[in-house]
Amino acid sequence: MKFLDKIFRFAGGIAPDGHKGDTSGIPLRRLPRPQTISVSMSQHIGAPSVPCVKVGDRVRRYQRIGDAAGPISSAVHTPFSGVVKSIAPSSTASTRVATAVTIAVDPDDADTDASLSPIDWRSASHDEIVARVRDAGIVGAGGAGFPTAVKLSPPPGRSIDTVIVNGAECEPYLNGDNRLMIERAADIWTGAQIIRRAVGASRIVVGIEDNKPEAIKAMAGAIGAGDGEIAVLPHSYPQGSEKHIIHSVTGRTVQTGHLPADVGCLVENVWTVVSITRAVVQGVPSVIRTLTIGGDAIASPANFAAPIGAMVPDIIAAAGGFGVQPAKAVCGGPMMGIAMPDLQVPITKTCSGLLFFTAASVHEFGSGPCIGCGRCIGACPMGLMPAEISQAVEANDLALAEKLKVMNCFECGSCAYVCPAHRPLVQHNRRAKAIIGARLRARK
Amino acid sequence: MDGILNAIALLGAMGCVCGLALALAARYLGVKEDPRVGKITEALSGANCGSCGYAGCAAYAAAVANGTAPVDGCVPGGAAVASAVAAIMGVDFSGGDEPKVAFVKCGGDCDSATRRFAYNGIADCAAAAAVAGGDKGCPHGCLGYGSCANVCPAHAIAIAKGIAVVDESLCIGCGACVKACPRHVVELVPRSARVRVFCNSTDPGAAVRKYCSRGCIGCRMCVRNSAEGVVKVDGNLAHVDYSVPFDGDAAVAKCPVKCLRSVDA
Repeated sequence: MKFLDKIFRFAGGIAPDGHKGDTSGIPLRRLPRPQTISVSMSQHIGAPSVPCVKVGDRVRRYQRIGDAAGPISSAVHTPFSGVVKSIAPSSTASTRVATAVTIAVDPDDADTDASLSPIDWRSASHDEIVARVRDAGIVGAGGAGFPTAVKLSPPPGRSIDTVIVNGAECEPYLNGDNRLMIERAADIWTGAQIIRRAVGASRIVVGIEDNKPEAIKAMAGAIGAGDGEIAVLPHSYPQGSEKHIIHSVTGRTVQTGHLPADVGCLVENVWTVVSITRAVVQGVPSVIRTLTIGGDAIASPANFAAPIGAMVPDIIAAAGGFGVQPAKAVCGGPMMGIAMPDLQVPITKTCSGLLFFTAASVHEFGSGPCIGCGRCIGACPMGLMPAEISQAVEANDLALAEKLKVMNCFECGSCAYVCPAHRPLVQHNRRAKAIIGARLRARK
Repeated sequence: MDGILNAIALLGAMGCVCGLALALAARYLGVKEDPRVGKITEALSGANCGSCGYAGCAAYAAAVANGTAPVDGCVPGGAAVASAVAAIMGVDFSGGDEPKVAFVKCGGDCDSATRRFAYNGIADCAAAAAVAGGDKGCPHGCLGYGSCANVCPAHAIAIAKGIAVVDESLCIGCGACVKACPRHVVELVPRSARVRVFCNSTDPGAAVRKYCSRGCIGCRMCVRNSAEGVVKVDGNLAHVDYSVPFDGDAAVAKCPVKCLRSVDA
């Protein structure tokens, strides 16, 4: 193990208050067994899965209940044995509406489970590992939920030399990845080696922000005499973004419209890596999500290993309920998370946090005209001009917005965070991206 | 003295030459405009609303003059303008469609309709509808962020108590608002149709009751209290057939949620 000597700083970004202290020292706990779960068929980016069970069916733990519906899709499994109660459209915590399989959970998993057979990864081929990752329904846990099997098969002509394990976790409040590195460092190291074998890379670099000293220590211990490297990254938002962690670790830049594989890199979130270890070594599909439940409305903030499909109220109850009634609920982190209009929704594989804020800490504001201060331009980690883009969108000049590279925006929210006029800059960019994206797809 | 005379002579000569050049240019290089275009442009309403499908009144007038546009294309002008244009063009024009007016098919104002969450973003209906499906409890109703009012060339739409309301005395019936509404709540109806359904929700009655006290529940009371065929309930929502005369007093009185109303009331 060695620490990386040179870290490349990226331009832009912000330094919000981390609020990590509430939960950084609290170990991951299993969620108490829920009575009902609602497993959405849209846990990932791409085509929603197709349910392969019927109402009334008995399902066994780890059984596949949804089939992938195309190359960019993913299988879905049930975390518990039980009976399928209904199959109907409903919303997830991230407000995505898709078919959901609701299961009445058995009091225990008495019948044998449907786990897959373990694989000896040291002798497994690329195809075997990728097939297992696909069968286990593993998707990127960083937030977007891109099917991992697709990432492990780079396009022809591209070779990957560096596997980057993303333990930056730059979103305030969240500690799921931090706790995972502290408690499951050995599994992360194993998973990283499985990925390295699958893609034929030479290097493994674990990127961790310097505000997680315990995680750095644990990972260093797990790697031991192994040939992995640790990059201690300065804590700066959005350090955990794929393009930015690649730049920080290797100094390489992923150009517009290119993939990390084009610069020889593969980035996987630490929970994705642990999921790969579980799938390959133990044969367990992706049915658990680590998440932080916090915010000042929660009585006792905690970190959970929660089954996918667990309902948000069950997780709130496990964290001692609300100390104060919340005024705002967020799925994910406060920067890129999505406000939840309804709490009777299940979590998915991409839900990294559930945050509840009291009226006292929620800042509701009206937005004003741009004062031309340029702070958003300094904060944008992609080098865009959010002020100009938002004014183009307001004037309905989407051609100008496209020229200003709005499609490069990955909605990190740094611009809106620093805007003194409280302009809804991210919402403007999102609108422009949705409309321009639809036009580009129609053109193809 | 000579200097002044020379200057006058020189300028006079230059004036004559330039005047001659301009006269010749006008004679031989002039673009001949159909005199009817100017007359038609003057006869039009001048709203530049685009409802005729052309980029403003002048473009429409040119299209009429060269015979590619119908004489009754000016929506705000109605029959009066159409007859005037027909007279200029020397063609017959009679009747024409009844003048239309924009109508917001929603009565779910802030007193009667629920909101699912507090929306704190761009004041635009399409933007609001993209956030978790919109903040309004009703997935079909007017969001009230004024996208229709922003495009109205006649300033005939105002947002009152959270929903868009059309001032029919100002509305020119151009239909710009119909295109701007992401939820298709606004439609053009005949100006003479006074009794209308103030609801756009096709959800079952039980669902409607949860999010709006003024929403149509599809109870068919209006159908039973009107002449056959005038009101139909289709997809849990009442529809009035505007092509037939409808004295809706009895049906209006019986509507339990008061979504069937007269616009004059």
